[in-house]
Amino acid sequence: MIRLQDHFTFTLRSVTRQRFRTTMQLVAMAIGVLAVVLLTGIGEGGRRFVMAEFASLGNDVLVMLPGRKETTGGLPPLTGEGTRDITLNDAQSLMRISGVERIAPIVVGTSRLSISGLSRDSLVLGTTQDFFNIRDLAFSQGQAFTTRQGSRSRAECILGATLRDELFGPKRALGQWINVADYRCRVTGVLTDSGTGFGFDMSNALMLPVDNAMQIFNTEGLFRVMIQIENIDAVPAMTTAVEQQMTLRHDGQLDITIVTPDSLLSAFNNVLLVMTFAVAGIAAISLLVAGVLIMNMTLIGVAQRRAEIGLLKALGASSKEVRLLFITEATLLATSGAVLGMLIAEVILLGLRVKFPEVPFATPVWASASAIGISAVAGVLFSWIPAQKAAKLPPVLALQAQAGK
Amino acid sequence: MTEATTETNTEAIRVRGVHRRFQLGDQTVHALNDINLDITQGEYISVMGPSGSGKSTLLNMLGLLDVPDEGQYWLAGKDTVPMSEEERAGYRRDHIGFVFQSYHLVPRLSARENMELPMVLAGIPPAERRKRLEPVINRLGLTERAGHKPEQLSGGQRQRVAIGRAIIMQAPLLLADEPTGNLDTHSGADVVELLEELNAQGITLIVVTHGMALGQRAKRRLRMVDGAIVSDDTFAIIPSEEPAL
Repeated sequence: MIRLQDHFTFTLRSVTRQRFRTTMQLVAMAIGVLAVVLLTGIGEGGRRFVMAEFASLGNDVLVMLPGRKETTGGLPPLTGEGTRDITLNDAQSLMRISGVERIAPIVVGTSRLSISGLSRDSLVLGTTQDFFNIRDLAFSQGQAFTTRQGSRSRAECILGATLRDELFGPKRALGQWINVADYRCRVTGVLTDSGTGFGFDMSNALMLPVDNAMQIFNTEGLFRVMIQIENIDAVPAMTTAVEQQMTLRHDGQLDITIVTPDSLLSAFNNVLLVMTFAVAGIAAISLLVAGVLIMNMTLIGVAQRRAEIGLLKALGASSKEVRLLFITEATLLATSGAVLGMLIAEVILLGLRVKFPEVPFATPVWASASAIGISAVAGVLFSWIPAQKAAKLPPVLALQAQAGK
Repeated sequence: MTEATTETNTEAIRVRGVHRRFQLGDQTVHALNDINLDITQGEYISVMGPSGSGKSTLLNMLGLLDVPDEGQYWLAGKDTVPMSEEERAGYRRDHIGFVFQSYHLVPRLSARENMELPMVLAGIPPAERRKRLEPVINRLGLTERAGHKPEQLSGGQRQRVAIGRAIIMQAPLLLADEPTGNLDTHSGADVVELLEELNAQGITLIVVTHGMALGQRAKRRLRMVDGAIVSDDTFAIIPSEEPAL
């Protein structure tokens, strides 16, 4: 038997002294692995980015929306239109259920804002003081609504950070009056820039007390009701309790839908995971192509080295050893190509992280590991057939191939 | 089969009733036709005959590169015909050295590495390999060329590397297929001298050639026609008394 060390020396020489072939195989494998690692890295980064955005909603918040839709596994209806409105009274009645900590009714629309002749359209959000607590929104200036719950709201409004800059620039915003359609309100607070969340870009919104907003949009129905519960483990129980309460108030008809953050998150998570897998699958095809290329190269190698194989056998190498030599060579090439591709992909991902720090681009370990694993397996599998051919070659024929006798 | 194996002490090779047929298109070529041969250790034998007479096939068979369709081939006291390919490979390594007309050196390995190859395949440790290589390299006069690749060597030097590779395992049998076929007269004479020197030290040397000059240097001369041995004569010439060709 050949000593292990000699086996590798022999293979290494064969690899390093046939530079063109080696380079081509390395490049093929590297591109395959690069594609897998890079694409899953970007896919995974996107998924984590979206998940982090949604997670800011908090795990203890239920969202109630009007209308009943069957949600069998798919995404819950984000724009559910009910037959019957959820009124402000409905929302406030939920506070009587034990276990409900806070509720925040929400009305949403766009409206024209104007100050001293300047005007622009903006997202307008009608809600209550508790909305800011539920969403953990902080104020850079001023404060939340000053109105006590139950009493008639004052004409006040709160600006998102971007909107404040666009409307007032360097001037002081606090205490200024803004026209919202034909309604006037005084700016009492400005939010810190907290980015987007749950589909709304808060920094671009103007927030009003919910009853004022309902007047502006001329509606009785709420868009959403956020329900914060006391105990995070009671999500299913609280969902049932809220549904019962609403059924009671709506003459025995269950015409609302409750979305739990978990169901929302897992729905999104599923969609994004499937996308990541799909991308990884497409990239895996390039790995397969690289594998076929390795098989071809090994086949050509066998054809070119028939004489050498014959010689090795004449000198006393067994068929098994000849086969092992070829497989080692192909596997060595495949894995070094794979590692090279992975390193390049990691460098590119690092560059992307530097350029877009908010998105956590990173390849999951399973992707890198399986890319390397697959290429090593491909190396063995795709060199097996040619190596088998080489090993079976009768020494006489192999020697005659070059001797030209 | 019942023949005694005790004789095989002096008998290096015993061939009994060997046939080998090849299928060429719809024609069957009888490359070896009832070959019977006894060879004692240390003999110097030449095999001559026209092309297609089966001398290369005989050499391949003797070298365990080819297996007879029928018959027995005893080498070093064992019938090799029923052996598995793996067993034959081990036997080739330990008992037989080959010298080919076209050298068959591995182009990407240096002269030294080419000679080392059988020892590598046999799993001999590097220190032992170096110890065995030095005297062989010196003896072949390749000390200064040992690090060169085959393409940087002359034909004669290449054939000497090949001989070095054939004897490095100290195999008792050396098979040479037209060892001077690709060489000019001078380097050919060099190689023949080297081979005969090895024979004088006890190695069994079988040379296949269709050159009369080379063939007639051997003490025992086989002549083949159409796959059969038609003459097997032993002459009283002592090769080293004649000048190399």
